[in-house]
Amino acid sequence: MITVDSLTKTYGGFTAVDDVSFTARSGRVTGFLGPNGAGKSTTMRIMVGLTPATSGTAHVGGRRYADLPNPGLEVGVLLDASAQHAGRTGREILTVAQRTMGLPRRRVDEMLELVSLTPEEAGRRVRNYSLGMRQRLGIATALLGDPEALILDEPANGLDPAGIRWMRDLLRGYADQGGTVLLSSHLLHEIEVIADDLVVIGQGRIVAQGTKAELLASAGTLVRTPDVRRLAHALVDANIDFTDSAASGTHDALRVDAEAELVGQVALRAGVPLTELRAADGAGLEEMFLDLTADTQRDDTSEGAAA
Amino acid sequence: MTTLTLEHEHEAVRTERAVPAPIPFSRIVSVELRKSFDTRSGFWLLASIAITSVLATGAVILWAPQDELTYATFGAAIGFPMAVILPMIAILSVTSEWSQRSGLTSFTLVPHRGRVISAKATVAISTAVVSMVLAFAIGAVGNLVGTTIAGTDLVWDMGLDDFLYIVGANTLGMLMGFMLGVLIRNSAGAIVAYFVYSLVLSSLSEVLAASQSWWSDLRPWADFNYTQNLLFEGGFTGEQWANLAVSGALWLVAPLAVGLALLLRSEVK
Ligand SMILES: Nc1ncnc2c1ncn2[C@@H]1O[C@H](COP(=O)(O)OP(=O)(O)OP(=O)(O)O)[C@@H](O)[C@H]1O
Ligand SMILES: [Mg+2]
Repeated sequence: MITVDSLTKTYGGFTAVDDVSFTARSGRVTGFLGPNGAGKSTTMRIMVGLTPATSGTAHVGGRRYADLPNPGLEVGVLLDASAQHAGRTGREILTVAQRTMGLPRRRVDEMLELVSLTPEEAGRRVRNYSLGMRQRLGIATALLGDPEALILDEPANGLDPAGIRWMRDLLRGYADQGGTVLLSSHLLHEIEVIADDLVVIGQGRIVAQGTKAELLASAGTLVRTPDVRRLAHALVDANIDFTDSAASGTHDALRVDAEAELVGQVALRAGVPLTELRAADGAGLEEMFLDLTADTQRDDTSEGAAA
Repeated sequence: MTTLTLEHEHEAVRTERAVPAPIPFSRIVSVELRKSFDTRSGFWLLASIAITSVLATGAVILWAPQDELTYATFGAAIGFPMAVILPMIAILSVTSEWSQRSGLTSFTLVPHRGRVISAKATVAISTAVVSMVLAFAIGAVGNLVGTTIAGTDLVWDMGLDDFLYIVGANTLGMLMGFMLGVLIRNSAGAIVAYFVYSLVLSSLSEVLAASQSWWSDLRPWADFNYTQNLLFEGGFTGEQWANLAVSGALWLVAPLAVGLALLLRSEVK
């Protein structure tokens, strides 16, 4: 279990992480989601003691990371797969980690096999690795000590589709065996398929958290119509909350905080033709992601910006 | 009731493990030793100690005047490249964690930077001592071979205390490199700083001492590079040891303390 309590990090006057609290539970995959610069990597660096927190605490299995006697055996960490001495071979990087943790030598070969790096590739220097190969090596390093918890910063970055699928299954299996998995991403689709719980962060603040099911349920109804203005007026009259459906990429859809049936009745009464009416699942999470971070993201996806 | 049991079973799939034993310091030292030669640059830097020792020995045999063909001449010739290479080894052992960003892994596997840095210092000092022993062994062979070729008398004009002085001088030079690595945490920056310190500043000090008597009086106390180089000549008096301690506190210990304090608190990314 990973617990983060009121974590704050300021750089001069800029607050990169603002009073962040959440728990990644064992037996579950927790997705840490947020747009670029939201503070995901900073939060993760603070968890493992690479960046000092301005205030707040982080605990892994009830202890501060720095108090773990041999952290590699308890927490697998992957923060930046490119952060390796370019002159070492992949195998050597794993060997250095294996020795530091005091593990038997065969773990290195087991891990290379697990992440599908061939002996020939393992003998190459990391400066000649592709992005995906570095990522695989980073995942191998994180898994080397068979830890109970994993902290992974954008682990799917650079992996090919088969690699992403493999990693998803691996992390799923890990959590099903009781492990704690915390992984970050700025790609919603990536996290949607694997995470049980979600923590959404924007501009250093947590904007939503809960189980994926809860967050999906609150995503409401997606409704599409050629006459958005009239439908919007009707919804306002009926006292129903709604937002622009930013994720649909077009401007003929709304995300409504109500059951589909109710939205249909409102449209019928207003005489507005509908081209689509459904629960905003699937795309719903993306709606939520874009909505929740609408005032915190850098690229404005609303109508004003498009015009 | 059922759900509670199920919940409990689910939680317990991963069996409780014993708390792992702490990582012993000796293991961190052995890992740091391995890291000092498992890259091409690291390997060749270490190899260059042996290579330059052989080259310097060869040069003495070929070009030194016959009456100077003594062990001390070999020692001086070997000591010169060593005084450049050892600080570079110390600098890179520290700065590569930042410049190559491998510190992200090193400092997460051992979340006490002080232990990692102490292990690096241990490796650096051991490297200095072992290199000197190796270099002087090569010099001894050179002395044997050289005098045989030249047909001159074999002269062992260097005792254990001379050797210890030279080891001390080179170890201090290496620690200056180590200190700059800790303080600057950037390979290029620390290397440049080392040459500014050992070449530019020392020349300026030399010029100043020649013209200003107050500086030539103060120099042994305030110019660490000067006092440290006097070690090569050996035979230190009590006052000279005091000079070394004072200038060393100024140029080595104080900046190292500042550098360590900054390093422990800095962000690794
Ligand atoms: N040393 C620093 N000084 C000033 N600002 C910093 C520093 N380190 C990070 N930041 C800022 O903190 C914010 C959070 O950065 P962080 O790397 O945590 O984002 P992220 O959520 O991981 O983004 P991404 O998805 O792009 O990886 C950014 O605005 C970044 O510029
Ligand atoms: Mg990031």
